[in-house]
Amino acid sequence: MTTFLGLPTAPAGVGHLRGSEPFPVAARRALADTQVRANLTMATATIRAKRAAVVAELGDWEELRAAGQAAKAGAMRHLDRYLEQLETRVQARGGTVHWARDAVEANQIVAGLVQATGSREVVKVKSMVTDEIGLNEALAAAGITAHETDLAELIVQLGHDRPSHILVPAIHLNRAEIREIFLREMADVDPALTDQPAALAEAARLYLRRRFLSARVGISGANFAIAETGTICVVESEGNGRMCLTLPDTLITVMGIEKVLPSWADLAVFMQLLPRSSTGERMNPYTSMWTGVTPGDGPQQFHLVLVDNGRTAALADQTGRQVLHCIRCSACLNVCPVYERVGGHAYGSVYPGPIGAVLSPQLTGVEENPTLPYASSLCGACYDVCPVKIDIPSVLVHLRARHVDEARGNHRVPRSEAIAMSAAAWVMAGPGRFATAQRASRLGRPLGRRRGRISQLPPPLAAWTRARDLPVPPVQTFRQWWRDEHGKPS
Amino acid sequence: MSAREEVLARIRAALADGGEPIQPASAGPDGAGAGTDTAFRTQGGLDPGQLLDLLAERLTDYRALVRRTSPAELAATASLALAERGARRMVVPPGLDPSVLPDGIEIVTDDGLSAADLDAIDGVITGAAVAVAETGTIVLDGSPDQGRRAITLVPDYHLCIVRAAQVVEIVPEAVARLAAQADRPLTWISGPSATSDIELKRVEGVHGPRTLEVILVGP
Repeated sequence: MTTFLGLPTAPAGVGHLRGSEPFPVAARRALADTQVRANLTMATATIRAKRAAVVAELGDWEELRAAGQAAKAGAMRHLDRYLEQLETRVQARGGTVHWARDAVEANQIVAGLVQATGSREVVKVKSMVTDEIGLNEALAAAGITAHETDLAELIVQLGHDRPSHILVPAIHLNRAEIREIFLREMADVDPALTDQPAALAEAARLYLRRRFLSARVGISGANFAIAETGTICVVESEGNGRMCLTLPDTLITVMGIEKVLPSWADLAVFMQLLPRSSTGERMNPYTSMWTGVTPGDGPQQFHLVLVDNGRTAALADQTGRQVLHCIRCSACLNVCPVYERVGGHAYGSVYPGPIGAVLSPQLTGVEENPTLPYASSLCGACYDVCPVKIDIPSVLVHLRARHVDEARGNHRVPRSEAIAMSAAAWVMAGPGRFATAQRASRLGRPLGRRRGRISQLPPPLAAWTRARDLPVPPVQTFRQWWRDEHGKPS
Repeated sequence: MSAREEVLARIRAALADGGEPIQPASAGPDGAGAGTDTAFRTQGGLDPGQLLDLLAERLTDYRALVRRTSPAELAATASLALAERGARRMVVPPGLDPSVLPDGIEIVTDDGLSAADLDAIDGVITGAAVAVAETGTIVLDGSPDQGRRAITLVPDYHLCIVRAAQVVEIVPEAVARLAAQADRPLTWISGPSATSDIELKRVEGVHGPRTLEVILVGP
């Protein structure tokens, strides 16, 4: 377990924050899968257009973003007090609040709560944090079957696959692939099932309906938790969320500690920012808000599990802490040129894309996700669409610096990089040495065969061009050109 | 140290630098002023007639069925809607005004019906707490004319009566109106249940009611 300012990060060996291989390796393999790339290109183009249209409808979008950013920053600055306030309000309304230092502890708490009900099955609302902590695996180990009920999560679960997108975990699959999974995995499915999205949705409805109506335990995440009132808010589309939040006797909500918002009035901002950024709708079909237990309506046992799992380590980083403002809308994934090409699996974490590249390394410690901060061209499109104005490019650069510093501290700097950087520093420190080096770079001109680009440098520089082109060095350096135009400076 | 104490101690350690984010924040410790940077709109500007028109348009845009009527014609309009739907047996919450109920169909007043009972019924008739014109959203707050959450969830058809006085233009107005009942179970509904999980194409009708019909009662 690594630490930043002494605060523990998410433990290894549980949950899904770390890939089994570095990003460049995973990305190379993902790039070879043309089907996934075609599926992603189509889906992200669709959602980008929808989002842009509904954002353009609001003349005060930028003001809403600023308000969302301010509310989140305020929540983080006094996070301890808001969590205590939330706890008090939930308890006052008959709920029970549990605290978990990390994924292992959160999983133990939830498994224990389910076992105490005597139920061997739970229905689940789509939730990022329960994916993060590997709750389904932990429940399975305790003899409890977790049924994912969000359509995309169901597709992923039935396909024995991993989610690849925050909003649409099955975004990497097209309708024909989904049909095959349903035909293979759903016991009672109509063999004449077509691949029309409406027919596939109907198949999921039939498959899950009996489970909903007989479910005794529901498990959810939380989009927002209001400290002022103790209200929990879950935003969804299909009604599976309402089913899980309403019909069971017992409801267990697992939330990261950063989901708390100070006041009820904050919903005025976030109920506009989230649906428009996420599904590109003016409003999502269903949002449920509840406060503790309501006699005669919904679950009569309510448990709220507050999970740290590396969030306080992120909070300790003055530049990185803004990543905790994320509302998991996934707008940054949909605009990211890297995500669109490599897909979500290459990031190795339940949080893919730009936000994943800044969130996962902070939760695990940068050393355990050292390649993710480099999984970006720093184009800045993610920052532009972020509904709470997280400056993702700046955090990426900051985490790259942390990676280098931490690696140097451990005497594990990539040697060639360190040597090259020392050499560059020496060269650039002297005008004569710099000019000589620039002239020498012209020797590289024959390497550029096409369109003025060098696509492959010889060893030991080949690593640089493995994933990028290099412009051909110019015929003249700027200094030579200046001297030719203006004469030697006196 | 308990997990609670330890997590709180970690937070305080992490915020030992004052917790200032890179960008300045305006929120105060008690929640006052948090997120209420009022540079964004807090009130709409439409007159009451335009408001109902916009709500009708936005509901329709998300595939809800909409009927416009007057208070005097409400029961007749509800009858027509149910007849066209072919609904014979409808559940209603205990506090729904009986004068709005149409004749000729069986009315089942909810007294804690099981999910299986609700699944066997043709639909549900309720009132509403607030409606948001700009987003085409109806909010239910569990008042006696709206009932428990399960009754508007399990049946496949929801007939919802929205009165002009309940309609606001934008989301912040709805949030302000709902502040007094924030501790009740709230359900925000925007069209019938839907999914975009297959190729991000929107498909209406998954687990919630596959048909949402709204009767807008003018002044």
